[in-house]
Amino acid sequence: MIEIENVKKSFGQLEVLKGVSMTVDRGEVVSVIGGSGSGKSTMLMCINGLEPIDEGRILVDGTEVHAKDTDLNKLRRNIGIVFQQWNAFPHLTVLENTTLALRKVLGKSKKDADEIAIKQLEHVGLGDKLKMYPSKLSGGQQQRMAIARALAMEPKYMLFDEVTSALDPQLVGEVLDTMRLLANEGMTMIVVTHEMAFAREVSNRVAFFKDGLIHEIGTPAQLFESPERPETADFLKSVL
Amino acid sequence: MFDINYTFHWNQAFRALPDMLAGAWITLQIAVLSMVIGIIVGVVLALAKQSRFVAARGFATTWIEIARNTPALFQVYMIYFGIPAVLQLVASWFDIDFRAMGINIFYLDSYWAVLVGIAFNNAGYLAETFRGGLRAVPDTQTRAARSLGFGPFDAFRLIVLPQMFRAVFHPMTNQMVWAILMTSVGIFVGLNIDLTGVTQELNARTFRTFEFFALAAAIYYVIAKIVTSGARLIAWRLFRY
Repeated sequence: MIEIENVKKSFGQLEVLKGVSMTVDRGEVVSVIGGSGSGKSTMLMCINGLEPIDEGRILVDGTEVHAKDTDLNKLRRNIGIVFQQWNAFPHLTVLENTTLALRKVLGKSKKDADEIAIKQLEHVGLGDKLKMYPSKLSGGQQQRMAIARALAMEPKYMLFDEVTSALDPQLVGEVLDTMRLLANEGMTMIVVTHEMAFAREVSNRVAFFKDGLIHEIGTPAQLFESPERPETADFLKSVL
Repeated sequence: MFDINYTFHWNQAFRALPDMLAGAWITLQIAVLSMVIGIIVGVVLALAKQSRFVAARGFATTWIEIARNTPALFQVYMIYFGIPAVLQLVASWFDIDFRAMGINIFYLDSYWAVLVGIAFNNAGYLAETFRGGLRAVPDTQTRAARSLGFGPFDAFRLIVLPQMFRAVFHPMTNQMVWAILMTSVGIFVGLNIDLTGVTQELNARTFRTFEFFALAAAIYYVIAKIVTSGARLIAWRLFRY
C-alpha cells in the first residue's frame, strides 16, 4: 500500500505540492490526470524518493520514504518507474539494459538475469531485439524496453510518468497495450497520463490534479461522468 | 665556392636504431602510465570541480589552472627540483633533517619526475575535457539508474562514466599524443633513457645532430600515428551504439 499524507513540496518560491493525500491499495490502478505543471509528475518522483519533500509523509508498505534511516536503494527495488523520456541506457543493448540492475543491484548470475530479462522483453514484444542498441529502436520500442527493465526487478508497484507524451501518435497504442496487459495481470500502478480514454478504461480510480492539489478522486464513472468539482468539469471539457 | 663541412652519415644513425627504439619504449611507458594516472585523477578533479564543498572545488580549480596555464616544462621542473627543495625547507623549520636520517622521500629520480609531471598536466587538461563530457550525459540517465536501485557510485560508474568516455574519446586520444611528445621535456631533468634522452646522448657523442634528431622525429611520428589509429580501432570496437 502506498500512503501519501499531506505532502508539501516547493522548488524555490514555487510550491508544486500543496498538501497532497492519497492512498493506493495493492492491485489497484490509479490514474492521475490534470494539466501540465500541476505537480503530478513531482508527486511520482517523491514516492520513490527521487525528490525530497518539505512536509507530510509518504509510506510504502509502512516504510516512510523520506525518513533518514530508510534505505532508498532497497525501497526502490519495489517501485518500478517509467519516465516520459524513456531513458534507455544508450551504451547497452536491449538485453544489457534489462539485466544490468538484476546483476549489479540484485546480484543475480548472468544466466539467471538473462532468463528473467528475456522473459520480460518477450512479454512486451521485444524478444527479437535483444542484441540491438536503443538507438536502433523506435520511441515506442524504447519505452516498452523501459517498462520491461523496470518489471524485471519484480517491483510491487509501477509508476508511469506520462509515458506516452513524448511518443509519435502511431506509437502510443503499443505502449498503452503493454500497460493494459500489466493492469489486467493485477499490477499495482499509478499512471500519470493525458490519455483520458485509457485512464477511464483501465483505472480503478482516477485522481484529478490541479495547482498542486488533488481536487477530486473517484471511480472513472464518477469522475468522468458526474464530476463533483467545477474545476474537474472544466478540465474534462477542455480535453475531451 | 665555400666549404660545407657537414655530410650526412645516415648509417651511423641507423646503427643506433635499436638503442633509440629502446628509448622509444621508455617514452611510451611514461606516456601510457601518465595517461592512466591522468585519467583517474582527471575524473576525480572533474567531479571535485562540481562538488558542493568549497575546498574540493578550490583544490580542483587550482590544479586545473596551473596545469593548463603554465608550461609543461615548468611543471616537470617544479616536481624535480622545486618541490623537494620546498619540502626540505619546511622540514628544516621543524628541525627534521631527512637526509641525515638517510631518507630521500622528497627526491624523485628523473623518470618519476617526468612521469608525475606529465600525469599532473594530463589530469588538468583531462579534467576540463571530462567536465564537458559529463555535461553531455543527461541527468535523467542518473535518475533512471537510481530509480532501478543503483547507489550513486554505481549509477555513475555503470551508466554515466561509459557514456562520458565516448563523448571525450577523441580529445583523450589527442591528450595521449600530447603526452608522448611532452616526455621529451625529460631532457631538462636529466632523463637519458627515453627517446629524446638517448638521441641527445648519441648526438653528444657523434655530433650527427640532424640524422639522429630526424630519425627520432620519425619514430615519434610513427608512435603518434600508431596511437591515433589504434584509438580509432578501439573506438570502433567499443562504441557500437
